[in-house]
Amino acid sequence: MEQKNPPLSDLTSQIRRDIIRMVTAAKSGHPGGSLSSTDFLTLLFAEFLQQSPAQWRRDGKNTDMFFLSIGHITPLYYSLLARMGYFPIEELSTFRKLGSRLQGHPSIEEGLPGVHVASGSLGQGLSVACGAALGKRLAQDPHKVYVLIGDGESEEGQIWEAALFAAHNKLGNLTAITDWNRQQIDGPVNDVAGLGDLVAKWESFGWTVRECDGHNPEAIREAYKASLQPRDKPMMILMHTHMGQGVDFMAGTHAWHGKAPSAEEELRALEQLPETLGDF
Amino acid sequence: MKNIGNKDTRSGFGAGLFELGSKNPAVVALCADLTGSLKMEQFAAQYPYRFFQCGIAEANMMGVAAGLAITGYIPFVGTFAEFATGRVYDQLRQSVCYSHANVKIAASHAGITLGEDGATHQTMEDIALTRALPHMAVVNPCDYNQTRLATLAAAAWEGPLYLRFGRPSVPNFTPADATFTIGKAWIVHPGEDVTLLATGHLVWEALEAVRILGQQGISVELINIHTITPLDKKAILDSARKTGAVVTAEEHLITGGLGEKTASLLARHSPVPMRMVAMEEGFGQSGKPAELMDHYGLNAAGIVEKVLELKK
Repeated sequence: MEQKNPPLSDLTSQIRRDIIRMVTAAKSGHPGGSLSSTDFLTLLFAEFLQQSPAQWRRDGKNTDMFFLSIGHITPLYYSLLARMGYFPIEELSTFRKLGSRLQGHPSIEEGLPGVHVASGSLGQGLSVACGAALGKRLAQDPHKVYVLIGDGESEEGQIWEAALFAAHNKLGNLTAITDWNRQQIDGPVNDVAGLGDLVAKWESFGWTVRECDGHNPEAIREAYKASLQPRDKPMMILMHTHMGQGVDFMAGTHAWHGKAPSAEEELRALEQLPETLGDF
Repeated sequence: MKNIGNKDTRSGFGAGLFELGSKNPAVVALCADLTGSLKMEQFAAQYPYRFFQCGIAEANMMGVAAGLAITGYIPFVGTFAEFATGRVYDQLRQSVCYSHANVKIAASHAGITLGEDGATHQTMEDIALTRALPHMAVVNPCDYNQTRLATLAAAAWEGPLYLRFGRPSVPNFTPADATFTIGKAWIVHPGEDVTLLATGHLVWEALEAVRILGQQGISVELINIHTITPLDKKAILDSARKTGAVVTAEEHLITGGLGEKTASLLARHSPVPMRMVAMEEGFGQSGKPAELMDHYGLNAAGIVEKVLELKK
């Protein structure tokens, strides 16, 4: 479903600028995972998610639904929602400030359009997405449910409870995406609590699995297209990404999982990210 | 008030849920491998497409329920009270309460009357835990009929709700056609000398205590607090100001229970002398339900003793 959006590369460059500027202004937040998820999540919203700001309802009736399980990547999530028209772009300047709708982690208490559920405490979003997928099936609503989880998050036991549940209930309307950036707060995932063969794990849990270069738009498009094929299994797209993608000194290291840049670092980052659609 | 025949409160839930099946097509049910224990079989058999067996995976079940609620359904999530609270506290907090998800937590085998399985399964802390959660209503009915009515009322209530009931067969005495309103206390027996606030299985014991104390010339006002949150503050304060003495009775630890909630209310608005019938401290143990209630003083004699401390 093509929408009238700016070119994808303009969107992703501006969103990356927003991420850096929001986190720097708030002096806190999570740039690393926001940058690793930017390319594939922006493409999902811009080209595949059948949901527009005008149609948006919290219950997702007659639209696709997206759930963010890794709630800490709000800099990306809020920038994307604002740039897609869910709320005013200027509101991004309120991120993490007292009284803002843009809480550190997504909340529905303030009624921010685009957010279906609170997240941040990890491991819960996949289960919620399973419930929404069941709800859509019960209501005979053919729209899809998407959910984004993290590789570090996949250390949570509840992820694997949900993995069993989705396969057992043949949730063919569910597509999960893993941002497989291989980093978490304390270091590389393989050093902290290795996940082993993630492809084999999801396959053995009964899912259709596809690996994808999470920074290559053509590859991402192909993966999303494949997810739209009729199926009676839930699908997992494992996105190979780099934490901090797009900013050279942040790329590929856990150091920028949850750290704000200094003013000087902000300048260095923004020099690498052209302002395409106007800063907030 | 007469016992019309012993029944378990969990069967009141099962009956209410089954009725909701035909009354409200938005009602769905989930269970974590305890369908028989929760008396959900009738609903599951009649409405298989609205019943979801989740297996022994309670955390996932709470999240699935939240997702169903977000898409417009009214999920009743059934498991033992310990697994419906302690095991899944963060899921209740984030995916249900903070997310304003209209989920009904059906918590069976609450309290010490779970009996022989012992302390691993006997939660005496669940009211404290659920009370602390913003947006969570907490309802603790006293017998079969009231549990059935509370189940029907829960479906009509907007927002997360914790419905607490038990395993053993106990007296069934509230009228089947009683008016049941969440947050509205039931004055079971009017009186003048002392206010007795009872919840859950302790209400029948409180009735017996009213009779015994009446024979000693003490007029007790018995109020059934079936809803811990939102608390019927007016009913409690009006009665406390009239009698000048309050005793609470519940199958729960003192920590965080009805007694402490009442004490907090009275301390702020109308302090009067108070006593609490509840488990003092620690974990429970194996035993027959009635034996355990007697062992921990959660019975008519225990209530009489506390009232007499105030009204000697």
